[in-house]
Amino acid sequence: MHEMSICEGILQVLEEQAKEQSFDRIKTVWLEIGQLAGVELEALRFGFDVVTRNSLAEHAKLEIIELPGQAWCLQCAKTVSVSQRFDACPDCGGYQLQVTQGDELRIKELEVE
Amino acid sequence: MCTVCGCGEGETRIEGEAVDHHHEHHHHGHHHDHSHSHEHGPDHHHYGQGPAHAHAPGMSQGRMVQIEQDILGKNNQYAAHNRGFFKGKGVLALNLVSSPGSGKTSLLTRSIEDLKSNHEVSVIEGDQQTANDADRIRETGVKAIQINTGKGCHLDAHMVGHAVESLDLPANSLLFIENVGNLVCPAAFDLGEAHKVAILSVTEGEDKPLKYPDMFHASDLMILNKTDLLPYLDFDVEKCIEYARRVNPNIEVLQLSAKSGEGMDTWYRWIESRMPAK
Repeated sequence: MHEMSICEGILQVLEEQAKEQSFDRIKTVWLEIGQLAGVELEALRFGFDVVTRNSLAEHAKLEIIELPGQAWCLQCAKTVSVSQRFDACPDCGGYQLQVTQGDELRIKELEVE
Repeated sequence: MCTVCGCGEGETRIEGEAVDHHHEHHHHGHHHDHSHSHEHGPDHHHYGQGPAHAHAPGMSQGRMVQIEQDILGKNNQYAAHNRGFFKGKGVLALNLVSSPGSGKTSLLTRSIEDLKSNHEVSVIEGDQQTANDADRIRETGVKAIQINTGKGCHLDAHMVGHAVESLDLPANSLLFIENVGNLVCPAAFDLGEAHKVAILSVTEGEDKPLKYPDMFHASDLMILNKTDLLPYLDFDVEKCIEYARRVNPNIEVLQLSAKSGEGMDTWYRWIESRMPAK
């Protein structure tokens, strides 16, 4: 259940940003979460609501942009799509894959007032 | 919880003491509850009770702010700090991860007994509750510190940083960090270690690397433990290694039994070859 810790991390960044960029209230938070980041989105949404209670982000809308998993296949020498870490290359069936996208865990943008 | 790095500050304790945060954690009011008992003595870390957050929302015009910040950025900063510290002291730090019951602590006590004549060894023990494991380690005569994460499911770099402060690590030594028994969450948290080592016992399923791919992806070495039991089990070693290489083509694999001692020499050679040059 490390989604809760991740939400605490998000709130921390929001509080720092509020100080640096002088805003008091957050209306929307956009997150970029990779498909391979090991994060359960429903648990993340639940954790976000709990963690932001009585904070500057209480009732803020959480918008999650899911980034699909991509990997570089060493055998095919090209980028292919993967939805899990143990996926085979969809073209050659090999496992010599280097994940190039999909482990993102990023706060992208905020709507504040 | 500690919102600096997302650690379970609300519950975590290091050797019975709530972690005292010298750095500025919260710009709003934050009170640690230090009223807990100190029954575990000075070598046992717990974390304080979580306070309620309080904010006074203001009134201003809405606007968009681009921040592009890594959510685990804080943890990674602490991890980088730990890594720099280990490097400076010539400490080889290994983060041992596994499910509960894989034999991590037995592997550790045996390794310590065999290695302590050649190397100074220290141990950080992570568990949700009890100091049993740190006590087992201390019986071998090396320094150990217990971190109890409370409700937390993993160690993070921030807790490890505090534990390291109280360990007073010798230069050119070996540090084992025994993570909370959990094959999920510890994968996401860099502690500043040189290598994550995943321990899988052959009494578990050979498909664990596929069931918990993030952990085996994050680890540099997989140890198959309890190989003395292989004759009594249907565990398919080759399959297991194949599965592990699917999620991590570069993972190294060692097979051993901490009980019988079989294969332990390969593990010691693995460690020796990674000790920083003095």
